[in-house]
Amino acid sequence: MVTYVFLVAAGLAVVFSLVAIVHRSPIVNVLSLVLVFFALAAIFAIAGMDFLAAIQLIVYSGAILVLFLFVIMLLNIGWAERLGSGRPLQAFLGLVAATGLGAAVILAATRVVPDLGTVLPGAEKGTVFPIGRALLGSHLFAFEFISVLLVAAIVGAVYLARRDD
Amino acid sequence: MEPLQLIPVPHTWLLALSATLLAIGTLGVLLRRNAITIFLSLEIMLNAGNLAFVAFALKLSAEPGGLAAAVAGQVFVFFVIGVAAAEAAVGLALFIALHRLKETIDVDRVNILRW
Repeated sequence: MVTYVFLVAAGLAVVFSLVAIVHRSPIVNVLSLVLVFFALAAIFAIAGMDFLAAIQLIVYSGAILVLFLFVIMLLNIGWAERLGSGRPLQAFLGLVAATGLGAAVILAATRVVPDLGTVLPGAEKGTVFPIGRALLGSHLFAFEFISVLLVAAIVGAVYLARRDD
Repeated sequence: MEPLQLIPVPHTWLLALSATLLAIGTLGVLLRRNAITIFLSLEIMLNAGNLAFVAFALKLSAEPGGLAAAVAGQVFVFFVIGVAAAEAAVGLALFIALHRLKETIDVDRVNILRW
């Protein structure tokens, strides 16, 4: 049962990420990316990582992609160009590079960790308690530093998007 | 401690899905010329990286004493999402500034630094 859920979620993720890069409408791209992130959240959930599934939905789909939609509607972007249109050489080389990268990563992953077919223990480790302990314990500096980074990013974004009156 | 729940999904499947998503994201970055869609492809690649972190966290949690590594993998995913949020804010502000300057976000038409 869980295997089928994983396979459906993985298929949805692949299909809708293809839609996200192929379709000509930026709105459709963003909305299909929302579906990709929902599928990935489902995968995190069946791996027992509840916290990651929740922040994937709340932060990624709920905040980051809404920001994308906001900018697309603010700039009033209509139809974009077709995938690789008018550049056969670039399209061919890009396809070769992307396929090569994917194949290389799969090869590396299966060679480094070759035990295909093992059953993984899930659950219990992904609840908020151990993650909160780690964030405010051994990763405290990084956790505080990322809030500094976010403040810097917000100030920078406001400065960049400001009108020069 | 609750008993461990067994999930019948090998971590290599997760890694294969991660590699596929990485390839799709690379394809989008290389072949699209609309800046927003290039940015979305970057988000797909970041999520492929997150999925790899999750796969290795699951792999390490199966080994004795791997609980710290499993938690660390999820903490890294948390940080990646935080950095992605910062990156999205700055990048989209850049696109707004660019659109004000050039009336387009087609990356081929942003060549004022090209000799």
